[in-house]
Amino acid sequence: MIELKNVSKTFILHNQGSAVIEVISNVSFSVAAGECVALTGVSGAGKSTLMRMIYGNYLTQSGEIHIGDIDLVRAEPREVIKLRRDVLGYVSQFLRVVPRVPTLDVVAEPLRSLGASEGDAKASAAALLHELNIPQRLWPLSPTTFSGGEQQRVNIARGFAYNYPAMLLDEPTASLDAANREVVLSLIERAKARGSALIGIFHDEAARDRVCDREIDMSRFTPGVAA
Amino acid sequence: MNPLLSVKGLTKRYGAFVGCADISFDLYPGEVMGIVGESGSGKSTLLNCMAGHLTPDEGQVVFDTRADGPRDTITMSEPERRMLGRTDWAYVHQHARDGLRMGVSAGGNVGERLMAVGARHYGQIREKTTDWLGRVEIDASRVDDRPTTFSGGMQQRLQIARNLVTGPRLVFMDEPTGGLDVSVQARLLDLLRGLVRDMGLSAVIVTHDLAVVRLLADRLMVMKDGRVAEAGLTDQVLDDPQHPYSQLLVSSVLQV
Repeated sequence: MIELKNVSKTFILHNQGSAVIEVISNVSFSVAAGECVALTGVSGAGKSTLMRMIYGNYLTQSGEIHIGDIDLVRAEPREVIKLRRDVLGYVSQFLRVVPRVPTLDVVAEPLRSLGASEGDAKASAAALLHELNIPQRLWPLSPTTFSGGEQQRVNIARGFAYNYPAMLLDEPTASLDAANREVVLSLIERAKARGSALIGIFHDEAARDRVCDREIDMSRFTPGVAA
Repeated sequence: MNPLLSVKGLTKRYGAFVGCADISFDLYPGEVMGIVGESGSGKSTLLNCMAGHLTPDEGQVVFDTRADGPRDTITMSEPERRMLGRTDWAYVHQHARDGLRMGVSAGGNVGERLMAVGARHYGQIREKTTDWLGRVEIDASRVDDRPTTFSGGMQQRLQIARNLVTGPRLVFMDEPTGGLDVSVQARLLDLLRGLVRDMGLSAVIVTHDLAVVRLLADRLMVMKDGRVAEAGLTDQVLDDPQHPYSQLLVSSVLQV
């Protein structure tokens, strides 16, 4: 489902003395449907960078990133937008929303953009928020004022609202209590059972061991660290 | 799928000075493109050339018309272009006063656009007008008031209703949230996002506010000295800018 071939990334900071920073060189691996792969390595090894390259918000200089039948590196913006709507989900560490939009609408939005009716989308969103223990009295409020853990759970609900065939998870269990961590892990297991291909970053080792089938140590592909 | 709008080699000079030079891009149905850049970078010149308010020196602006397929709107006759401006195109001005008739009631401002495309039944015009005022959150009790009695944010929402009531397919927006305070801005952004999604609109939005484009635009074009410095997916350009000028622009945003 997801296949990377010789992927490399370099940052050039034009306004800071044109500093050139090599972050990742020659990563190749693939993730099959129903599989979960963990990216590991010390902080700065390029885990999040690779994740963003696979999502397409970081530009990839060389190599190929195939998701389904699209090569993300060469795709037009509208193809990437379509891919993100229909195929590729992303649970980031931070929630980014339009201010004043109610939580229920934030979670329902991915389904609405896929053409679900308002009623259906909101019903699915409500079920997820309920499962993630967000009290119903908070649903009509904007999540911008929620606590860190609540925002994280709203973000997860939004990410899992639709059954994406491919998903990227950036620290999905960070800042969650034991009960909610359990809910998130079960969401991940269900996604795997449905045949989604997942790539995740987990600092929580127990969680990683439970849901991930393989680990990829990013330090091997970091020029600065290996040298 | 045909692009809805296809801009090819668009150039506008003011004497020896270059307004915008050699701009090309395709916009597909349902896409929202943001154009950012410092003042004087040519973004408003570009928008006005596309919308037919300025005549470019070179280039084409090809629009996929309902009746005849792709047509170059620059070589089109003036009445044809005006008809397009009333039906398939909409233009939201930065200052609502430029896009509204200030001496006419709020309802009249919206209804007038319907009459311009042939609506004659008073009851239907009134009904549709009230529906649109509701969608942009203007209270029905204000339908007979003039826009001069409205706040800046209300005027801007009225301008949006006036522009969208005829069901256009392409909307040009020049700093739609400029000059509004942040709470009004947030509400307007939410409104625009919902309208774009529900009506399947395509839009070109000129702004200098990077937060606005991140929330509204799928694609982003960064302009510098009348040329395109960088173009791509909005979050790619903002999260991983490649051109020195876009890097400067993104790193100059103040964090709240």
